[in-house]
Amino acid sequence: MDVGQYLGVFLDESKEHLQGLNDNIMTLEQDPTDENCINEIFRAAHSLKGMAGTMGFKRMQELTHHMEDVFSDVRAGQLKVNGDMIDQLFKCLDALEGYVTLISDTQDEGTDEHQDIINALNEIRTGKPAEDAAAGKADETPAEGESAADGGADGPAWKKINIKDHDKSRLEEAKAEGKNLFGATVNIQESCILKAARAFLVFKGLEEIGEIIVSDPSTQDIEDEKFELSFSIIIATEESKEKVIEVINHVSEIESVDCGEFDPAAAAAVKAAEEAEENAEAAAAAPEPAAPAAQTTAPAPAAAPAAKEGGEKGAAQGGKKPAGKPAIARTVRVDIDKLDVLMNLVSELIIAKNSLISAATSDKAEAGSVNEQIEYLESVTTNLHESVMKVRMVPIDSVTQKFPRMIRDLNRSLGKPMELTMTGEDTEMDRTVVDEIGDPLMHLLRNSADHGIEPPAERVAAGKPETGQIFLHAYQDGNNVVIEVGDDGRGIDVEAVKRKGIERGVITPEQGEAMSEKAIIGLLFNAGFSTAKTVSEISGRGVGLDVVKSKVESLNGEVDVRTKLGEGSTWIIRLPVTMAIIQALMVKVGGETYAIPLDSIQIIEDVAPEEIKFVQNKEVINLRGSVTPLIRLSESLEVESNQPENANMVVVIVKKGEQQAGLVIDEMLGQLEIVIKPLGKYTSRCKFISGATILGDGEIALILDTNALV
Amino acid sequence: MNELSDKENVGELIQYIVIRLGDEQFGIDIRFVDNIVRMQQITRVPKVQHYLKGVINIRGEIVPVMSLRLIMDMKADEITGKTRIIIVKMSGGNLVGLIVDQVAHVLTLDSNNVENVRRGDDRRHGEFLSGVGKYEGGLVSILDLNTLELESLESRDKDREKQLLSVAE
Repeated sequence: MDVGQYLGVFLDESKEHLQGLNDNIMTLEQDPTDENCINEIFRAAHSLKGMAGTMGFKRMQELTHHMEDVFSDVRAGQLKVNGDMIDQLFKCLDALEGYVTLISDTQDEGTDEHQDIINALNEIRTGKPAEDAAAGKADETPAEGESAADGGADGPAWKKINIKDHDKSRLEEAKAEGKNLFGATVNIQESCILKAARAFLVFKGLEEIGEIIVSDPSTQDIEDEKFELSFSIIIATEESKEKVIEVINHVSEIESVDCGEFDPAAAAAVKAAEEAEENAEAAAAAPEPAAPAAQTTAPAPAAAPAAKEGGEKGAAQGGKKPAGKPAIARTVRVDIDKLDVLMNLVSELIIAKNSLISAATSDKAEAGSVNEQIEYLESVTTNLHESVMKVRMVPIDSVTQKFPRMIRDLNRSLGKPMELTMTGEDTEMDRTVVDEIGDPLMHLLRNSADHGIEPPAERVAAGKPETGQIFLHAYQDGNNVVIEVGDDGRGIDVEAVKRKGIERGVITPEQGEAMSEKAIIGLLFNAGFSTAKTVSEISGRGVGLDVVKSKVESLNGEVDVRTKLGEGSTWIIRLPVTMAIIQALMVKVGGETYAIPLDSIQIIEDVAPEEIKFVQNKEVINLRGSVTPLIRLSESLEVESNQPENANMVVVIVKKGEQQAGLVIDEMLGQLEIVIKPLGKYTSRCKFISGATILGDGEIALILDTNALV
Repeated sequence: MNELSDKENVGELIQYIVIRLGDEQFGIDIRFVDNIVRMQQITRVPKVQHYLKGVINIRGEIVPVMSLRLIMDMKADEITGKTRIIIVKMSGGNLVGLIVDQVAHVLTLDSNNVENVRRGDDRRHGEFLSGVGKYEGGLVSILDLNTLELESLESRDKDREKQLLSVAE
């Protein structure tokens, strides 16, 4: 089976499960007794393991398996959740995330087995040092293999079944409840084709009369048909041994059943004896008993299927696999309701088309009915367009959900207690915007944690609660989405920024004196500007706010900051909800048509030539008390204006952040909803143009980037 | 493009679209030609290189159009009824339009009949050619589309600026 086609889904779901694990482990850290949460974690880990196994990523599966074991012990009440364990689990999640990233880049999980993490996880479970745990694992694997292979040659295999600690307690519980415990080894006929299905029927039958507590190999392996001709189980039931045998024999293609009463105490003794034997064997086989044994046995069962899979992959893909990165399709998960709406609209479109055809071909084609149909068609296409845009919209929580974990980690590494509150994670934006906004937000949060929040002592001295508050609020505001990121920390010290600016040579002392507070804070967005006294791992490398700014601007957004010394600061990012379609004002300049995005326009003014004043040799107008610079678009765009010199001018007042400016155009054509098309790299030298659109007649109009013009 | 007419494909038959600029003939490997369209309204983009004439709409896609004449320092295009825009596929699948005086014919050449042109060849327009093909009708210069990638055009522009500066000094 070529699983390549499922890779996209696998990656998406793995990321989802990992995120779920992250969230739930965080919850667990707050409340180690939350049972729902533990169950949720267990389920996610189990699905992740299953998926990795199906896709043939053995190392990832192995690591997840060990993690799952830990959760399974926690669930069974054998282990208490503690800080070290949480740290170790997070490390494990990071390693798993590493696998997923590697798979998405190269379609291969790589060779890192993360043996250290596996050992650490085993250590958590056994409470013993790593080496013992590894040794324990070493004898576990061959025992499994043998029991399946020799199936009762020297005594029934179920007697040698390897019982995990929490299973033991469940066995004892069942015994205490007065249930009968039976062990059974089931041998399947050699000619059987669907071993897994037969085994499943056995399990199903047995589960009707009792509870299967242990199975060897594990249920997962049996489902995956990873066993020879026999498997062993231990069942707790109120029925008799005969009934158990009858149920098993009821399934066809079963060769034989070996069943007997199971005594947990005796089994433990057998296991101990065997363990000793195995250890001795291992010692004889290798000079260093523990670690290498664990390493060699672990990959062994994985090797064969992996090789097989490799072969299949090679055969399926042949020579067509490109040498570079394989392209993994970017997907959007679509709510089925949204698709239904789309489907309905498309059927309406077909109806409209049919009506038009019949209106056009009818003997007495009435202009009225054609016009009616065109109007209908128009409303359908508008709706269709809206629905398609909605399909592209995804909630921003796909990026924000990583942040609680990040703040938790910063909490530990910075030694500052911090709390993150987030609201509006369900705010929807275009997928392309959501994909891009993650890094800038992360940077602002780190900034808040590192620079904003003061050390606990300083906070207490300032009369603030010891725990710093960091927040992220997202909400929709008209055609924009606003994301505010901030903290209740020390705020921006304007004087310190000014000093730094002078020190770095970004401004001269004279300039510094003349600058407004706002302009000084604006310096923070300059490249190579960091006010942190020491460069830390978290931020302060001097790449940051300028990157945030340019990223946000490349998404047609803007970033602003509000700050008060001693009370904290808030960064405000304002982004268009969608990038693909905008409302624009169409204008003519020197015979050419341009589009100005409507959301950047404040107002349109008629200005007489005599109203123009000069400030520092630049043309300005006085717009209701505020001095507004004029930009003659014909000059910026290098065309001849065809307006007479002394005529009144049409001036489009646009804003860029807090600034505003007037763009002088020749003529207004009106408002239009336009589809933005990328211009490509060849014309990238022109900074004034952010894209292009195709008009109704097939002509192209360029879209002006007012931010670059002002 | 280089490899195609180089070593491995000895004896391979390759089809070229032969275009004319003035009295010179150039061949463009047909595998890189997406479309040939008539001259149409080109939307000017301000503040770009002089040889970038603007953008056109090809099946709803915005495609930049360059003047091959201006790139090769020939006289500016004179638009006639025969003027065509050849839409070629560049690296990464980007489409780019090239204005040519006319499209002459399609030519099939045995790669043995294509003589390679080395970098630094002082032949006329040598820097844009990957080879010169011989056929009954005469010689045809094979265009190396790699040299028309934005990056190589820009680095060429830069080199020229430097040269001009050093001459001025």
